Amino acid sequence: MKSNKDFRLERNAAGQLVMVDADGTVHEGVVPLRAFPISAPDDGVSLLGEDGHELLWVERLSGLPDEMRALIEAELAQREFMPEITRIKQVSSFATPSKWQVATDRGDTELLLKAEDHIRRLTGSTLLITDGYGVSFLIRDLDALDGHSRRLLDRFL
Amino acid sequence: MDVSTISPPSSDSPIPDAWHQVLQARLADRERIHAWFETDLDDRLSFSKGLLLVTDRRVLALTAAGQGCSEHRLAAGQTLRQQDHAGIGSIGLFDGGTRLGCWRYTMAHGADATRFVRQFEQALNGLQGAHPAGVAQPRLCPLCLAPLAPDQEECAYCDIEAEAPPSSWVLLRLWRFARPYRWQLLAGFLLMLASTAATLVPPYLSMPLMDDVLIPFENGKPINVDMVELLLGGLLLSALLAWALGWAKTYILALVSERIGTDLRTITYDHLLHLSLEYFGGKRTGDLMARIGSESDRICLFLSLHLLDFATDVLMILMTAVILFTIDPWLALVTLLPLPLIAWMIHQVRHRLSTGFEKVDRVWSQVSNILADTIPGIRVVKAFAQEKRESGRFRQVNQHNLAVNDRINRIWSLFSPSVTLLTEIGLLVVWAFGIWQVTHNRISVGVLTAFLAYISRFYTRLDSMSRIVSVTQKTASGAKRIFDILDRVSSVPEPAKPQHLERIEGRIDIRDAGFRYGNRAVIRNFNLSIAPGEMIGLVGHSGSGKSTLVNLLCRFYDVSEGAISIDGVNIRSLPIAEYRSNIGLVLQEPFLFFGSIAENIAYGKPHATRTEIVAAARAAHAHEFILRLPHGYDSLVGERGQGLSGGERQRISIARALLIDPRILILDEATASVDTETEKEIQRALDNLVRGRTTIAIAHRLSTLHKADRLVVLDRGEIVEMGSHEELMGKEGAYFRLYQAQARNVDTDLDDQNGSPPQTAKESAA
Ligand SMILES: Nc1ncnc2c1ncn2[C@@H]1O[C@H](COP(=O)(O)OP(=O)(O)O)[C@@H](O)[C@H]1O
Ligand SMILES: [Mg+2]
Repeated sequence: MKSNKDFRLERNAAGQLVMVDADGTVHEGVVPLRAFPISAPDDGVSLLGEDGHELLWVERLSGLPDEMRALIEAELAQREFMPEITRIKQVSSFATPSKWQVATDRGDTELLLKAEDHIRRLTGSTLLITDGYGVSFLIRDLDALDGHSRRLLDRFL
Repeated sequence: MDVSTISPPSSDSPIPDAWHQVLQARLADRERIHAWFETDLDDRLSFSKGLLLVTDRRVLALTAAGQGCSEHRLAAGQTLRQQDHAGIGSIGLFDGGTRLGCWRYTMAHGADATRFVRQFEQALNGLQGAHPAGVAQPRLCPLCLAPLAPDQEECAYCDIEAEAPPSSWVLLRLWRFARPYRWQLLAGFLLMLASTAATLVPPYLSMPLMDDVLIPFENGKPINVDMVELLLGGLLLSALLAWALGWAKTYILALVSERIGTDLRTITYDHLLHLSLEYFGGKRTGDLMARIGSESDRICLFLSLHLLDFATDVLMILMTAVILFTIDPWLALVTLLPLPLIAWMIHQVRHRLSTGFEKVDRVWSQVSNILADTIPGIRVVKAFAQEKRESGRFRQVNQHNLAVNDRINRIWSLFSPSVTLLTEIGLLVVWAFGIWQVTHNRISVGVLTAFLAYISRFYTRLDSMSRIVSVTQKTASGAKRIFDILDRVSSVPEPAKPQHLERIEGRIDIRDAGFRYGNRAVIRNFNLSIAPGEMIGLVGHSGSGKSTLVNLLCRFYDVSEGAISIDGVNIRSLPIAEYRSNIGLVLQEPFLFFGSIAENIAYGKPHATRTEIVAAARAAHAHEFILRLPHGYDSLVGERGQGLSGGERQRISIARALLIDPRILILDEATASVDTETEKEIQRALDNLVRGRTTIAIAHRLSTLHKADRLVVLDRGEIVEMGSHEELMGKEGAYFRLYQAQARNVDTDLDDQNGSPPQTAKESAA
């Protein structure tokens, strides 16, 4: 489980990530996971084997060779889904349940807020909104939102 | 001998008069009374007074009727034993194994009885001349004579808060919090003076408006336009002035009172956090929350609203009175005469109402109690399908609430029409007297109108003024409850001259330690030395005092006797926080705070790097399950760690202990609430944690202590056995029996799981 650099990553025909570690053992179906997806997405990525045990700990993604990093990031992108809200366009009502029209870094969408306490303050100005269908939306910096969005959001905080 | 002159040496109160005659007859010449105790039950448990006496030669028991009397000569070896059950206490006089007598009382006299027993012991000691020389007499509680710890303010046993209604003087103590804002307060007061004066100008101006403008006009003279303009301008100006001043006054004082409230809250909470666990043990969470939250808010509201209004009203009445008297003393007298009467009547009604409102408060807290009870326990409610019962319970209290409110509303609805009626009657009197005066040409119409304008102003204020009494009382009781916290000194005090240990080796010595909760001894005569890096397994039946020992080691409580030292230094001379930072504590019920998992792991070391956090989690075997959570280390866990299993929470709390890298590690049944599989996982985590640290591990399952260097067997607060597993098994003593009992339990456990007959179970266990 040491983070040695003597390993290779590749993608097999089935589209799975395959890791060959220092002594040549081949692990198929490797799953990368971020340890701190919100507070420090680039610090600490763990590669888990099919059995759920950790194979390798990557202290820092940026420290990896480019192509390996690309492989991991591609794999992460497939399983991570946490749209970042950039703008709140409109809310259906100020009482929950409320439907929000939002713009995110993954395009415009609609989310359903079931109760106020589904908005959780992570750190000072980072909010995590879990919508009625279990998708987590992130507001990375409350103060960076435009005035209109902030006014709308403020009614729920 | 003269009984009235004898008052027992160590109690403050004299014997009730009713007994004097009987006593005079019974007591021998020059017999001295050491202690007395009035019982209130006879041996058939009917209420009947009796008197129990210890004199310098005998124990004397008298009954109320006066005929019954029993006596026992005082002799060495006698003891008084105090017992209580279901609210009835008894004192038995024993000589060795035989009971000489037994007297009963209701628990209202519990503290007196304890005092009596102690005085009896002193009397007996005095008889034998056995006052232990050289031993410093411990301070005693003045009520029950239980010894107090050197730093303990009040006896924990007698501290059933005296229920005297708090006097309103308590409010003066709030000055401590108001002091920093005294200049703002002064400014607010001056503004208040000015704004009240400004509101009194318009009625004054109505006088010339009436006498010099309107009435001459009726009499055929033309209107003096200049004068009208002047007067109307004055009216407008005074209205604007009153508005501006009123705004400034309210704003400044509201600002100040909000700050006072905030200071009060913060300081109280700070103080509360530094009180010992003993204090928290005796208080309900909801109660403390209410004190800090709503009581301080109530005080704030009182200062900013009620007190302010009241002061304004008083100022207004005083100023009005002065103005009225300068205009016309006679009319002023008639105007002000009914005032006290009206105020008194309003106060009467209010008083009725306020008792009613208190009742509403109480019923309301019952309603919320049921909610607070049921909602956290909802799983139990559902599991036992008791929704109907709970809803019935709620409905019942709600009905009660309704009934109480109905009663109050009956008075309440009468209240404001009555105030109006009284005001109208007051006005009527002024009208009548005023008209009479006008017809005799003693005053002008203008004066009468001005009077009427003034008076209607403050009659309406009387209602709100009368409210001040009950509000002040409520606030005073709130302030008292807050000062209760602030006045409390921690029973685990910081040392006056703290010593500092550079690096702790981890050597622990417990010498002759004794400890009681209240007056119940839980640890007795405890001696134990633990070498640096040694692992001690603490075993014993539940209730034998293991967790209490942990509390003492962590200095959550202080020992009543003896001393605990670390590396040869008494832990009482180390700064508390510094000392505790060397201890890693893992409890049976891990507590997770609201926040992310990373924050929870880093609780004891907030500036830990992410690498350190991950390393600690890994050592605690928590890393992999954390990674699998939707947001990894950033996942939020709720107040009670919802969404995590017991074993997972436990591993997070182990990681927390690991991260601070403590020299001393204490595990109090860290694996008791998890299944065997998880226990293995946790055990592996613990093995990492234990390495190289002084460890004290308490475990219910003896098998988990296999790594311990020494096992200490506790029974009722005393060490009964000590040694390695093999030695203790060889002795066939207490440990052996515990072990055997558990081995049998394992069998039955297996039976339960497999539902198979005992033989098979034995085979599989073998
Ligand atoms: N806060 C307390 N107040 C009064 N008695 C207590 C308190 N805590 C524990 N006790 C009593 O002290 C005894 C020892 O308890 P404890 O140390 O928790 O036992 P163990 O951990 O060995 O099961 C028990 O009889 C218990 O009822
Ligand atoms: Mg315990």
